[in-house]
Amino acid sequence: MNYHVTIGLETHIQLKTNSKIFCACANHFGDEPNTNVCPVCLGYPGVMPVLNEEAVHKTIRAGLMIGSRIGAFCKFDRKSYFYPDMPKNYQITQYDRPFCIGGQVEIEVDGRKKIIRVNRIHLEEDVAKNTHAATSSEVDFNRAGTPLMEVVSEPDMETPEEALAYLQALKQIMVYGGISECNLEEGNMRCDVNISLRPDGQEKLGVKAEIKNMNTFKGVFQALQAETRRQESILESGGSVRQETLRFDPDAGVTLPMRSKEYAHDYRYFPEPDLMPVVLDKDVIERWRSELPELPQQRRERFVSQYDLPEYDAAVLTADKHLADYYERAAAGTKNFKAVSNWVMTEVMRVLSEKGWTIEQFPIQADALAELVALADGKVINSNSAKEVFSILLEEPGASPKALVEKRGMAQVSDSSAIDAFVDQVITEQTKSVEDFRNGKQAALQFLVGQIMKLSRGKANPQMAAQALRDKIGSME
Amino acid sequence: MSVLNEKTVEELSVLLESGACTSQEIVRDVLAEKNRIDPVIRAYVELDEEDALAQAVEADAARARGTAGPLTGIPVAIKDLLNVRGQSCTCGSKILQGYRSPYDATAVARLRSAGMVMAGRVNMDEFAMGSSTENSALQTTRNPWNTACVPGGSSGGSASAVAARMAVASIGSDTGGSVRQPASFCGCVGLKPTYGRISRYGLTAYASSLDQIGPITRTVKDAALLLGAMAGHDPMDSTSSPLDVPDYAASLTGEMKGLKLGVPKEYFVEGIEPEVDACVRKAIAQCESLGAEIVEVSLPNTRYATATYYILATAEASTNLARYDGVRYGLRVEGADPIALYMNTRAAGFGSEVKRRIILGTYVLSSGYYDAYYLRAQKVRTLIARDFSEAFARCDAIVCPVSPTAAYPLGSCADDPLKMYLGDIFTVTANLAGICGLSVPCGFTSGGLPVGLQILGAPFAEQKILDIGYAYEQSTAWHTEKPAIQG
Repeated sequence: MNYHVTIGLETHIQLKTNSKIFCACANHFGDEPNTNVCPVCLGYPGVMPVLNEEAVHKTIRAGLMIGSRIGAFCKFDRKSYFYPDMPKNYQITQYDRPFCIGGQVEIEVDGRKKIIRVNRIHLEEDVAKNTHAATSSEVDFNRAGTPLMEVVSEPDMETPEEALAYLQALKQIMVYGGISECNLEEGNMRCDVNISLRPDGQEKLGVKAEIKNMNTFKGVFQALQAETRRQESILESGGSVRQETLRFDPDAGVTLPMRSKEYAHDYRYFPEPDLMPVVLDKDVIERWRSELPELPQQRRERFVSQYDLPEYDAAVLTADKHLADYYERAAAGTKNFKAVSNWVMTEVMRVLSEKGWTIEQFPIQADALAELVALADGKVINSNSAKEVFSILLEEPGASPKALVEKRGMAQVSDSSAIDAFVDQVITEQTKSVEDFRNGKQAALQFLVGQIMKLSRGKANPQMAAQALRDKIGSME
Repeated sequence: MSVLNEKTVEELSVLLESGACTSQEIVRDVLAEKNRIDPVIRAYVELDEEDALAQAVEADAARARGTAGPLTGIPVAIKDLLNVRGQSCTCGSKILQGYRSPYDATAVARLRSAGMVMAGRVNMDEFAMGSSTENSALQTTRNPWNTACVPGGSSGGSASAVAARMAVASIGSDTGGSVRQPASFCGCVGLKPTYGRISRYGLTAYASSLDQIGPITRTVKDAALLLGAMAGHDPMDSTSSPLDVPDYAASLTGEMKGLKLGVPKEYFVEGIEPEVDACVRKAIAQCESLGAEIVEVSLPNTRYATATYYILATAEASTNLARYDGVRYGLRVEGADPIALYMNTRAAGFGSEVKRRIILGTYVLSSGYYDAYYLRAQKVRTLIARDFSEAFARCDAIVCPVSPTAAYPLGSCADDPLKMYLGDIFTVTANLAGICGLSVPCGFTSGGLPVGLQILGAPFAEQKILDIGYAYEQSTAWHTEKPAIQG
């Protein structure tokens, strides 16, 4: 029996804002535990929330970027459950009047494009972070009150690959919009998935299971694979899937039921009386719409038209907003856009992957790379020297490529009398290869050029050397 | 013999201004009277004498520097649910044992910046849940007029301290009548401002959409002075009103001529004590003799008010009180895991009335019951507010009883919470509708217990109800009566 898989995702994304959603504490990861806290985010008696406008703006920007309709009347609600990561034992969230309704994200898997519909985006407060030891638990409230968006997809995904592509596309949009850094190591993006199977030909969706709280894309992918297998084997053996909440154990590679204490059943939602409903002015939304940053897709198209790059280059460079920013800064300093693209896509990306760096951590500034590309492109240095300069720059990020070339005498020899002298010397010394070339062996010419490069300690212009060799040998009779 | 503690805020302001007394002298007199009679009344739960005197020294210094305002140096007692930096804030509950406020409530900060001395914390029903202060987990407070009777509640400590002259004035809170009813039971003036008039930031929440801070004083002018000092928009409370704050005290006219006073027929029904009924009717007649026109109005949805109130208030309370879990502050009773710790802490920390209301509130919000209870109650709330706006189209203010009874003996409602709930019938409507209300002394029962007249006004019509209350008060002597207490 073949089964059709249906997947929906609830993705939590921490917003990049200066302060927390309901108080003035810094929204900052990695500080000493319980230092970015105040009576409000600790849930002290008598405190009240005050809504952070920047968080509202960024949530709405996220919605505008994926084509959501913005709610005319939005409000917050209390969601009640007891857990030690909850300062008030209720979470302020949006139940039935979210900021963003509908929308869509385009994905591409194996060259096939597909639209994943988004049901809604709402805004809520993140909870504290618990660390459990054998006999005690520690709570860090720095995270409590971080603005958190929940993006709820429609169940439009049919494979783990599609779910992965959706998450990647979502991340790309959020980073492009300056909405979130989507840094998975810092917990900026966390995911719950719903998955159900139904036999081919059956219309009605199968019973779904929910897998909660995964914080890596790989985890989501593997969990969906594992859960697909689990449900498949239940259905194969004639059983029925129970509607339940699971967690994924990445070490064992299996999904496991959560203890009932780990999730509540009745959240008892009701409107938050401490906050006024948010009625958004149409003009403000239109202004925010007009200020929207470029979408990844738009930027890709612009890279093709503005820089005359192949589709492939544009796609690679714009996949990461910061890489695209780097490319544009470098391209501004040269005329050969394609050469810059080649450098970024080969040398720069090779180093990033070797070192495990992000482009923001890359030591060579874009203007230095542009200078280097200009030197190579203008034939001031040959490609070997250019790579050498690149290596030196990695070690000495502040150095100027031009100064390096001068200091180390790396400038290419393009003076024809100097090249002629090398050519004469090689023809005299390598009679066998000269003979081979005359007999039509093209490879012999490469060898002879190599000898000239060796004599010139890499500085000779290889194209000029080859031409001079051809001329000289051709005139030998 | 204490003297300054018997003065009103208004009188003390004049004495201080003229140099006839100092803040330290006032505070000393208040402390002396407190030490003489509070062992009987038990209004205060904490009063740090050293701290109060230090504030008085600072106030006198400010006056010497010429930076004093009209309220500088006057002590005020604070209901034990308002956060005052460095002080305890038990809310009348065991669960907040050991908690000390790290911050000032906005209302407290404003009184401080006006120079007032935060002189002690007064008793209340646990988390403001109750109408007699008997639900305090800390102590039983008595009515200064008859120590066998309750002071009312939940701001019972505030009203008894002010009535007994061991506080010049006090700040309470009113969620369903908790300022007006104890003021009425103790012969004080109690004002519940319009929802949003005073910031709730720092007021420990019972029912967020109903809670409002209000003063309990001996005179209407004192209430006006304190309201003026606390009112106004606060960026820390999104529900606080941006409307300008008039100088309420300076604007009091003492005139009632030409005003239309509405008398709601639904508020004079069976169940009301005949002596209370008689006092209130006499007060209304007095208003008429002062030139007011009396008109009958109708508030037909009053009969649903108590049920509506107890659904909405308990629903909000069930979430507001969820934070008391033993993790961050207050009482902690250990358990095998965090959930067990919660259960042990909350079982030991909350009293039975609080537990009853948390359970009730949890129930009405439960899935499957939400529409039948919470949602329907919200709709009735809208109808009650509409009743008032229609009534205020026909009159300037509404006059009626505060409570169907005068103060009752301690323990008489202890086994019958429903009986106590029904006593809130004339006060909860103002909270549900978000309007303002004032309680003014209007006589005594034959047993010598005070009775209050309630004056209700449209949203932000505080000036109007204070004016009416002031005109009535100035034409009577009820507010000058004082209880005789043997220390």
